[in-house]
Amino acid sequence: MLKLILDILSVPAILVGLIAMVGLLLQKKNASDVLKGTIKTILGFLILGGGAGIVVAALGNFGNMFEQGFGVAGVVPNNEAIVALALKTYGTQTALIMAFGMLANIMIARFTKLKYIFLTGHHTLYMACMIAAILVAGGMKGVALVVVGSILLGFVMAIFPAIAQPTMRKITGTNDVGFAHFGTLGYVFSAFIGKLVGKGSKSTEEMNFPKGLSFLRDTSVAISLTMGILYIIVAIACGPEFVQSKLSGGQNFIVFSMIQAITFAGGVYIILAGVRLILAEIVPAFIGISERMVPGAIPALDCPVVYPYAPNAVLVGFLSSFLGGIVGMILLVLIGRTISVPIILPGVVPHFFCGATAGVFGNATGGRRGAFWGAFAQGILITFLPVLLMPTLGNLGYANTTFSDSDFSLVGIILGNILKIFAH
Amino acid sequence: MKILVCCGSGLGSSFMIQMNIEKVLKELNIEAEVDHSDLSSAMGMKSDIYVGTRDIASELTNLGGQVISLNNMIDKKELKEKLTEALTKISSK
Repeated sequence: MLKLILDILSVPAILVGLIAMVGLLLQKKNASDVLKGTIKTILGFLILGGGAGIVVAALGNFGNMFEQGFGVAGVVPNNEAIVALALKTYGTQTALIMAFGMLANIMIARFTKLKYIFLTGHHTLYMACMIAAILVAGGMKGVALVVVGSILLGFVMAIFPAIAQPTMRKITGTNDVGFAHFGTLGYVFSAFIGKLVGKGSKSTEEMNFPKGLSFLRDTSVAISLTMGILYIIVAIACGPEFVQSKLSGGQNFIVFSMIQAITFAGGVYIILAGVRLILAEIVPAFIGISERMVPGAIPALDCPVVYPYAPNAVLVGFLSSFLGGIVGMILLVLIGRTISVPIILPGVVPHFFCGATAGVFGNATGGRRGAFWGAFAQGILITFLPVLLMPTLGNLGYANTTFSDSDFSLVGIILGNILKIFAH
Repeated sequence: MKILVCCGSGLGSSFMIQMNIEKVLKELNIEAEVDHSDLSSAMGMKSDIYVGTRDIASELTNLGGQVISLNNMIDKKELKEKLTEALTKISSK
């Protein structure tokens, strides 16, 4: 009997379903809603696994072509891809750390001055996953891993919004809303750069900016286009013979590259659909509990909360961060001539969301110059941080993708290196 | 009545706006199905009202429904006003 219960609990999909079920019961939902919500959450987790398979296959081809063409490992940072991949191994640990980490966040907000409730559920999931991977790679397991991981996650969820808050007050003009997106280090860095370079610079919102680029706000389209360009460059570098004889089964190498790029975007799309189903029941429960337990809580929201305050800075930030990513990649290639480093390619999703947000933060402290140079610096930052993060991730560090946003790297690098000291 | 809220990847902010809309609809005593999605999916999810923050609202026109463009994601007063306006437009059709 005990074995059966353990078997059930060790299936991450069921575990996540049970967590959602507890949340639904706490909200006193009726039986049909509880059943529906639990099943949809389990469904979400399984869909996510399916998306992972698609992304991994497309990235595997990319990795092969990159190594053949350039002789080094090429990495496209993408949170969704790495998390979906990691959940296959660390699903149970991630689910438990996420659930108890959210409770830890509520406790911290209740009993300390850090009043922030971190409401960006997908980033909570990704951070839980990364913490699980690093703790396992550092040799922890069992109850200790879940306890340490949950407390860490709780503090991370409360501290990063606090770090962003001074600039948030400047952007929104109130203290009622917090900021919850694990790129905070990059945004605060951008705000700092903005302050340095932006003296007397006018706001991005006082200039006319071409609206034609706004179709790039559609994530799937943006991923397909940029990955298409990257695939084609890499395919040309490794030559049509290699692609057509080893990978595509004779299909033209350009056609193959295009299809692989859009397949990758499709995989990310599926993962996002899965994540959406998982969060649909868990986040409202989290909000419900925190509203009851924490008087004076400040809800911290996902990065687009700042976009309407400076829509031009959003586009400036995206473009200059992407430019920073390209410059950073070239620097890594030059460094790679003397020491062995993976080449971090500019993944469009992080430059998109983190770059845009860095643009808004930079604009708040340094106008249009701040938006440009702040987001540019952010773009370089998120190109170099993963290089230091990957060695701490254990087996996961050898994938062709990794965590992209700056706080994942920051927390991972610190945690991984602390664990290394204890391990020896 | 169907209302769809959109944001870049359809995970965080659209979900928050959806929950605010559900609260407002309750206050107004109106029944509607509210959902959230990314921009790519919006095309295939026929709705009476599409909601987005003003930086992406332009991508929601031509989908065949009323479009609500929000200047502030967290301002429930703005949301209530614009939602009431869109609802009257639909009912007067």
